[in-house]
Amino acid sequence: MDKTQYKNVFVFVEQRDGVIQSVALELLGKARTLADVLGEKVVAVFLGSKISDSCNALIEYGADEVILVDNPNLKDYITEQYTQAVSQVILNFKPSIMLFGATTIGRDLGPRLAARLGTGLTADCTKLEISEDTKELMMTRPAFGGNLMATIMCTNHRPQMSTVRPGVMQKMPQDKSRKGVVTPFAPKFDTSKFIVKLIKTVKEDKGLVDIADAKVLVSGGRGVGCREGFDKLRALADVLGAEVSSSRAMVDAGVMPHERQVGQTGKTVRPDLYFALGISGAIQHLAGMEESEFIVAVNKDKFAPIFKVADLGIVGDVNKVVPLLTERLKKKL
Amino acid sequence: MKILVCIKQVPDTTEIKIDPVTKTLVREGVPSIMNPDDKGGLEVALQLKDQVGAEVTVITMGPPQADLILREAFAMGADRAILLTDRKFAGADTLATSNALAGAARTMDWDLIITGRQAIDGDTAQVGPEMAEHLNIPQITYVAGLEYDGKKFTVKKETEEGYQLLEFEGKCLLTVLASAYKPRYMSVGGIVDAYSRDVEIWTAEKIDLAEEKLGLKGSPTKVIKSFTKGLKQAGEVYEVDTEEAVGIIISKLKEKYII
Amino acid sequence: MDFNLNKTQQLFRQMIREFADKEVKPLAAEIDEQERFPEETVRKMAKLGLFGIPVPKEYGGAGGDNIMYSIAVEELSCCCATTGVVVSAHTSLCVAPILEHGTEEQKMKYVPKLASGEWIGAFGLTEPNAGTDSSAQQTTAVLEGDEWVLNGNKIFITNAGHADIYVIIAMTDKSLGNKGISAFIVEATTPGFSVGKKELKLGIRGSSTAELIFTNCRIPKENLLGKVGGGFPVAMKTLDGGRIGIASQALGIAQGAMDETVKYTKERKQFGKAIAAFQNTQFQMADLQTKVEASRLLVRSAAFKKDQHVPYSADAAMAKLFAAETAMEVTTKAVQFHGGYGYTREYPVERMMRDAKITEIYEGTSEVQRMVIAGKLFGK
Repeated sequence: MDKTQYKNVFVFVEQRDGVIQSVALELLGKARTLADVLGEKVVAVFLGSKISDSCNALIEYGADEVILVDNPNLKDYITEQYTQAVSQVILNFKPSIMLFGATTIGRDLGPRLAARLGTGLTADCTKLEISEDTKELMMTRPAFGGNLMATIMCTNHRPQMSTVRPGVMQKMPQDKSRKGVVTPFAPKFDTSKFIVKLIKTVKEDKGLVDIADAKVLVSGGRGVGCREGFDKLRALADVLGAEVSSSRAMVDAGVMPHERQVGQTGKTVRPDLYFALGISGAIQHLAGMEESEFIVAVNKDKFAPIFKVADLGIVGDVNKVVPLLTERLKKKL
Repeated sequence: MKILVCIKQVPDTTEIKIDPVTKTLVREGVPSIMNPDDKGGLEVALQLKDQVGAEVTVITMGPPQADLILREAFAMGADRAILLTDRKFAGADTLATSNALAGAARTMDWDLIITGRQAIDGDTAQVGPEMAEHLNIPQITYVAGLEYDGKKFTVKKETEEGYQLLEFEGKCLLTVLASAYKPRYMSVGGIVDAYSRDVEIWTAEKIDLAEEKLGLKGSPTKVIKSFTKGLKQAGEVYEVDTEEAVGIIISKLKEKYII
Repeated sequence: MDFNLNKTQQLFRQMIREFADKEVKPLAAEIDEQERFPEETVRKMAKLGLFGIPVPKEYGGAGGDNIMYSIAVEELSCCCATTGVVVSAHTSLCVAPILEHGTEEQKMKYVPKLASGEWIGAFGLTEPNAGTDSSAQQTTAVLEGDEWVLNGNKIFITNAGHADIYVIIAMTDKSLGNKGISAFIVEATTPGFSVGKKELKLGIRGSSTAELIFTNCRIPKENLLGKVGGGFPVAMKTLDGGRIGIASQALGIAQGAMDETVKYTKERKQFGKAIAAFQNTQFQMADLQTKVEASRLLVRSAAFKKDQHVPYSADAAMAKLFAAETAMEVTTKAVQFHGGYGYTREYPVERMMRDAKITEIYEGTSEVQRMVIAGKLFGK
């Protein structure tokens, strides 16, 4: 394989029902950074049916070129249809790097493509950088349930492929003045291989969430005190797309239900972000959350034990900090 | 019906700790288990065995001690067990692993292949789909439900927003979610018999695969370094007014890419 | 001499540990609080074959050994002593005597359904006036034509009311003393057989303990178990096996209490450090750990000897004596180490302490065990 023939950073733009997914825009932002280091282009690969009107948005978020694959076979994601189209795009345009969102679609398509093309794929990357000497992609990802980080490279095969989870990378600010090119591409489908049929797609309200699955938890304790206090926490949680949880004291007081209790006699959680609000940090509580990725604690008492494990501690009144934080975040997000 | 189930022996990652001095993973004393998603897959296969009398073969690519999960599979109800083990497989990334498993599958008869969605050590979710591609059969990932009417399969695939219903006839590879299936326990009778049954040991020679596709040689991706994240320690504590506090929180969250 | 469990026994322990942890432990407090028989767990255990562990395959069992059976009762009891005794009483006190003393017809009729858990078993020996002095039987069995007619009552019978099959000891000829006692198999649906009030107990509160009442209860002549007048040795041999079960239960309770206490003392801080860091805790726990381990070796040794078909009566007695007294000591200390919290029902150690006490009493009190051991020592 002649690596020099492969150039540019491609991004698979995931759409569902014609709506471009946020992860795609985040990847365009990252691709922009990588491409700038390489002095190459960012190319969005956009598959779907009747989606041509959305191409501009991709350019506004950082793409220099959009390869538009608009075909009725691609209306809904089905593995074989998409794999045929994207592999043809790759063989035709020869990207050096291609990024995919690590979603149920990306994690289905990515490996299928990697095997079809005989190249390497690195999943769930949390960091992507270009190596200074070889100008190749360095992909860092967690393993062993998040206990270990590994940096991986795909030196002799192209494209270097990576999946990245939503919310890890940052999208660029939208720039309506950006200009770019739209290149239509018509794949040749082998319909004899379309064996799996999509019968229907169902959207469900996931209802009662298991706090152990939440990526962000807004947790309240005695410092929050009452139902009205927890309403404020719920507002913060809504802005962050988070779940509300609680210490034992509030469950015992009947303010919160037992399924939302964090701690030794409740649940053990390991979210990416844990707000410990008005929680003192008794050992039974810490046992349930101290492995959270990032802990923000707010408590009136500066000697509260929670501050020993918090990544960020604020000595203050929860009932004042939370509403202001909610308001500010609403404006930003 | 013949079903091939791919399973993997993994360390129980919920028990793994980091050595505070050497900053490396402490693997000693961490129990090895059958990967949860794979166990879910085995349960799917055993339910089909209960329903239509399918023959269930389990295969694992691993070191000799992976024998234990094959015995577990026997005790749960599997009919045949294969241990694919060879030094030549060492250093394999997901492409090389999927190639080896596909090579083994090519020497056998099967109607359906079931794998777990992902292993809790690698967390890649790649081996199943890559194996399906090598074998030129369709795939359905994130399987949370399955029905078979004697001719066609109707599969429930879990998505972020809910689920999809998909249908197929003929051969296919499914990757299964542990959360969707409560696997049966090993039965006492099954356990008593487990060690008197035959585990077939296959080496690289037995499978249909070119040597350059094996192990490190057959791996396009390579780990160039690995490191542990730091242990939790107290961060900064600020005693400031509400306005400033909120400002600090927001800027820290931005810094961490959380917002 | 290999002190290790073999691979099959290890695989079995892995399964029963997971089962106990996921299916039994979550219900333990509720079972105790509500004093209810763990019906749903019994169904699950039956499905896996846990009611026929040491039963040969030709009688519908799993074909396992007594070590596996002992491990099962231990691991179940570690989480819930009630659940452990359901399996123990059924297996050692009902299935075992039918397997060991029954005719082929009796075995084929009763054992498969007992082994599959479709039927639950129990054993009736104890009476209001015959406890430790078990030979003072007053329940009578009289042969009338083709039937034995039973009259009398049994008390403190484990699994009473939930069992389908009972092995019952009764007096057939008072003038012959011990040699006038016989054993019978009684089906719960037999007219003239009824179960009395359930006892309200200190511990193993979910275990159903009640009186059995025989009022002209007629059973077929074929339901005599063993020989006429051979019932006392049947009862004694049955209790030998039962002692392995109870010793395993006591061991499980002790182990459960140790695990809870290690966890608690590592987390609870007073005077600036974990109470596990104090030498008082460490030294006492070391002593308790040694006793628990010694219990385990005695239990395994007794089970091993039973598997080897060599005499094991004194070994089972030593195992039960030591394990029961250890369980009582460990659980009492466990509550102490938990302090005030240990006295509340929020932590499981108070239940473990209440559960431990019965192991010193039933299936032969510690005093009886001493009689058995001394009997072997001094040659009776």
